[in-house]
Amino acid sequence: MTTITRRRFGLLAGAGTATLALPRYLRAQEKPKVVVVGGGPGGATAARYIAKDSEGAIDVTLIDPAEQYTTCFFSNLFLGGYRSFDSITHSYDKLESDYGITKVTGMAVAVDRDARTVRMADGSTIPYDRLVISPGIDLIYDSVEGYSEEAAEIAPHAYKAGPQTLLLKAELDAIENGQQIVIVPPPNPYRCPPAPYERASMMAHLLKSNGVDAKIIILDPKEKFSKQGLFQEGWEKYYPGMIEWYGPTVHGGIGAVDVVAGTVETDLDTFRGDLLNIIPAQKAGAIASQAGLTDESGFCPIDGETMRSTEDENIYVLGDASIAGAMPKSAFGANSQAKVAAMTIRGELTGSKVFPARYSNTCWSLIETDDAVKVGAQYVPQDGRIVSTHSFISQTDEDPATRKANYEESVGWYKGITTDIFG
Amino acid sequence: MRIGLRNIPFVRSVTKISLGLCLALLPTVSSQALASDLTDPAGERLFFLCTKCHEVGEGARHKVGPHLDGIIGRIAGSIDGFNYSMAMRAAGESGLKWTRETLDSYLAKPSDFVPGNRMSFRGMSDAKNRSTLIEWLAAVSASAPGKPGSEPAAASGAPPASFADIVLAMEGDPDYGEYLAGECVTCHQASGHADGIPSIVGLPRAYFVRALFEYKTNVRSNEVMKLRVSNLANEEIAALAAYFSGLEPQ
Ligand SMILES: Cc1cc2nc3c(=O)[nH]c(=O)nc-3n(C[C@H](O)[C@H](O)[C@H](O)COP(=O)(O)OP(=O)(O)OC[C@H]3O[C@@H](n4cnc5c(N)ncnc54)[C@H](O)[C@@H]3O)c2cc1C
Repeated sequence: MTTITRRRFGLLAGAGTATLALPRYLRAQEKPKVVVVGGGPGGATAARYIAKDSEGAIDVTLIDPAEQYTTCFFSNLFLGGYRSFDSITHSYDKLESDYGITKVTGMAVAVDRDARTVRMADGSTIPYDRLVISPGIDLIYDSVEGYSEEAAEIAPHAYKAGPQTLLLKAELDAIENGQQIVIVPPPNPYRCPPAPYERASMMAHLLKSNGVDAKIIILDPKEKFSKQGLFQEGWEKYYPGMIEWYGPTVHGGIGAVDVVAGTVETDLDTFRGDLLNIIPAQKAGAIASQAGLTDESGFCPIDGETMRSTEDENIYVLGDASIAGAMPKSAFGANSQAKVAAMTIRGELTGSKVFPARYSNTCWSLIETDDAVKVGAQYVPQDGRIVSTHSFISQTDEDPATRKANYEESVGWYKGITTDIFG
Repeated sequence: MRIGLRNIPFVRSVTKISLGLCLALLPTVSSQALASDLTDPAGERLFFLCTKCHEVGEGARHKVGPHLDGIIGRIAGSIDGFNYSMAMRAAGESGLKWTRETLDSYLAKPSDFVPGNRMSFRGMSDAKNRSTLIEWLAAVSASAPGKPGSEPAAASGAPPASFADIVLAMEGDPDYGEYLAGECVTCHQASGHADGIPSIVGLPRAYFVRALFEYKTNVRSNEVMKLRVSNLANEEIAALAAYFSGLEPQ
């Protein structure tokens, strides 16, 4: 493999010899090439920052199978009736027109790390000097007995936004008096820890506002969950008797799911649901393991100083696919990681200044109209891992003005981050 | 006297009618009586909603928003030394002048009346409140026509003035600031637009630095901001201030 470390690269450049031995990006007239796989918060942010800050000195290609990206974040607010589907869908047009990024619409199916090329589903190859991988998650369907990709057409996971989100919304809108919804959240680690519980809140909000008397049962494989105290306080306050949460000590373990019959078996009982929302276990998007970047956890180890893969110094892994230490898998986090990687890559390819990595995250969750809670932390690299230095979480029994301000802030954040990702 | 956030006595009662602003509970300082008998205390209470960003009265200075001395009769977007949005400047150039009537329409829904302006305020739907506020503003701002070139925004009276002053004396590295700003623009839009989170583009250096110190010292209470400043050293605050103060809102 013809890898050149930064130190060696400096020596070669200094010696000013042997053009052929130089990497492609140092040869005259050819711009260094960065290829980004995945047009979500990680990938699109990285593409945009590299293109924007290098001012045309780096050739950036963004690969994603879709023409538009629907955000998982705020998709629960779509379920609750607060947002339109259009308002959570964003096009890649500005990345092309305003930043000169080449958008390739298709699936990357393989990475040849020696040749430094990405192979596309249509057989074409795209060469890179640096590769950024941000493919998000893949669902491990069979982590829930009886669940599968086909079963998800009946019992949606809605954990990748798009048709799955619309399906869940349609099924939710069809719920009638006396019916029941069962949510099976995933085991750790998974994207957006509070999302299944925000989702339960939004479902309850919709049912309540439509005057539908229905129940939501959450059968959790985990003993506790993110913002638990805040959610449970909110559920009691706004949706008394509507949402029931059971952890393993109560249900004893989750067994088989039958999406046609609408049942979820547990050691305790078999639960019936007119709507089943099954969210299975997760791993990094397939391209990550295909490229040999994952470890036994199914996710990709990275160097916390740079977001560079520990397996290949020309590859960076961002967002949900990475093992980012103390950071949760969130859009906020993926966007933050992308900026560190973009800065590092520019430094390597164009010699621009490189600063110490810093990361941040904040997750807002809406419980009921004008009542949002938040959790956040600040992170730095330490011995290659990402650790948290400061954090906060909303308190129970807060005054309504604070909760309302949180909601307004989350709306501002959504507008801010989507502009930061897609231009 | 100048009316700003720090010398309004009604802080606690007014937070209850929050209009979606994230209002900080600040230590209050008792206010002196206003110069004019004509002013309605209800107007002053309503003005509390504006004090996070605006000052009015003798010696008022630009903060996040321009000072409001002499506001009635002023051409929109016209005061020197304030970095207006393009939208507000364009509105002024095409003839928008602040009168009781235009202010009334503007305050009802700022984003409708001057689309693309940077004022982070959803609007005041109650017509009676608007008129009370505007009458109060008219009276107070007329008593202080606004001296051009009055003292710079530096001395906003924030507590640990010494640290802020140390940072203000430092020369920030705008390149470092640009990198660090990546963390800010996730929420505060780089274009200077504001949709629920205030704009920080083009803020005067002194105001910017003091505001960050106010988060560090809990004078300002937003948890997200307190978290973000927790890891910022002096040189980083200086770098950010150098970067953002050099930007123009679009
Ligand atoms: C219901 C829900 C609510 C959430 N709410 C929040 C929230 O409020 N705040 C927050 O910060 N986060 C939230 N999240 C989490 C957030 O959506 C994810 O963490 C974020 O999308 C991760 O970004 P990413 O770039 O890693 O991956 P993704 O957003 O999944 O993007 C990956 C992209 O890569 C594409 N891709 C995958 N493989 C390939 C390939 N081989 N070739 C080409 N393209 C490929 C995919 O199609 C996809 O478009 C929520 C998630 C869910 C499910």
